[in-house]
Amino acid sequence: MTDDSIYTFLIKHLGRIAPEIAVDDIDPKADLREEFDIDSMDFMTLITALGKELSLPMPEADYDQMRSFDDLLAYLRSQTA
Amino acid sequence: MTEFRMPSLGADMEDGTLVEQLVATGDPVHRGDIIAAVETQKGAIEIEVFEDGFLDKWLVPLGTKVPVGTPIAVIRASDTPDLPQPTDPTPVAPPPEAPQPHDPAMPDVPETPSIPPPELPPQTDRQRISPAARRRAAQTGFDLGGLATDRIISLADIPDSAPKPAPMSDMRQAISAAMTRSKREIPHYYLADTVELTRAEDFITAHNADLPPDARLVLGALYVRAVALAAQKYPAFNGYFEDGMFTPSDAVHLGMAINLRSGGLVAPALLDATQGDLDALVLRLKDLVGRVRQGRFRARELSDPTITLTSLGDRGVAGITGVIFPPQVAIVGIGTPGLQPMIVDDTVQPRRIAQITLAADHRVSDGHNGAKFLRAIIKNLQHPETL
Repeated sequence: MTDDSIYTFLIKHLGRIAPEIAVDDIDPKADLREEFDIDSMDFMTLITALGKELSLPMPEADYDQMRSFDDLLAYLRSQTA
Repeated sequence: MTEFRMPSLGADMEDGTLVEQLVATGDPVHRGDIIAAVETQKGAIEIEVFEDGFLDKWLVPLGTKVPVGTPIAVIRASDTPDLPQPTDPTPVAPPPEAPQPHDPAMPDVPETPSIPPPELPPQTDRQRISPAARRRAAQTGFDLGGLATDRIISLADIPDSAPKPAPMSDMRQAISAAMTRSKREIPHYYLADTVELTRAEDFITAHNADLPPDARLVLGALYVRAVALAAQKYPAFNGYFEDGMFTPSDAVHLGMAINLRSGGLVAPALLDATQGDLDALVLRLKDLVGRVRQGRFRARELSDPTITLTSLGDRGVAGITGVIFPPQVAIVGIGTPGLQPMIVDDTVQPRRIAQITLAADHRVSDGHNGAKFLRAIIKNLQHPETL
């Protein structure tokens, strides 16, 4: 997957969980869950969906690398590179 | 033949609108099948059937609002021959009318009030509207009558206009009615303590290390099980107070206060929350939360909670003291866990701590017993391997 398509892909999945929040309005370096107002259950849904579609294990031990929107994007890009 | 009636999904429900008929006339149905959806103040509720048989006929057209207790379909038992029955000339669809007196399967049916005739469907061409679209239309005051009827109307068809300075939404009204009644009728007492969650978190980390995301445990599942096991041991906190009398429940149907993105909250039950292992419990929890967020519940999930848990998750504030949801008699609140200094073996160590509270009904229990119940929950959370 190209860097651009991973970006689009991530936006799509966040949009399913938080349809009322536009990605342009959030701070990409701030806490992702705070910015999108997603709770631990929503986060699990997001991680499950991302892991399934990208065939990534998304281990809990890596959650620290998924804290902000930019972090998560970078993580997905590095794991799929 | 049995009549399938508009169920009561709580003391504050007077009527419901049949919005989906999911089984065609003549099709077989099995106990537990979802055969219809009903729009109520709390959202679209999926309705289960309680017997095996065949759907003989629908008695209420789609889009019709009828009072609780009104027959909405006829179910023919599996062993009834599929033949005309000259000995039984009556089962022609009766018009929906006042609730029949007491059906043991439906203890909540109000028996006395005279019921107005059912409203006619708002439009003559039958519209098919998704529950989410219906809800948004109700919230924004959008007129569904102007939309085409040749396809299913989805959320995208309803403009997401900013709410006008409108009267309270149905959801707000339902919350208002239940909470006002609670504060008026229930003499709450409150207890608070802290619970150390370091072991619970370590347990989850170890448990999840090799699991795919969709099977992973969450702290919320441990809360559910810890409260449910304690509630089973202390029955004065698990049941219903109705007509001046408390009836404890054998099963623990744990109401989960779930926040909705569109505003408001609902507290449907995780049924039989003491049953099954933690892996099964977390799957059921995710299923419930997922369906609730899409506005889909099952009837029993709304009518049956025996005690409620409200947890602030990991992005909330330190503590919450709940308001009891009548006719229940207790609500447990768990705040957001945070790192706190704690003295362990004469040294100060950082530990993950959460505040935990109990609000309970003084007509049924007292603080001494409440403290034992709260301590039992704390003990359960500190021994996650026993959950």
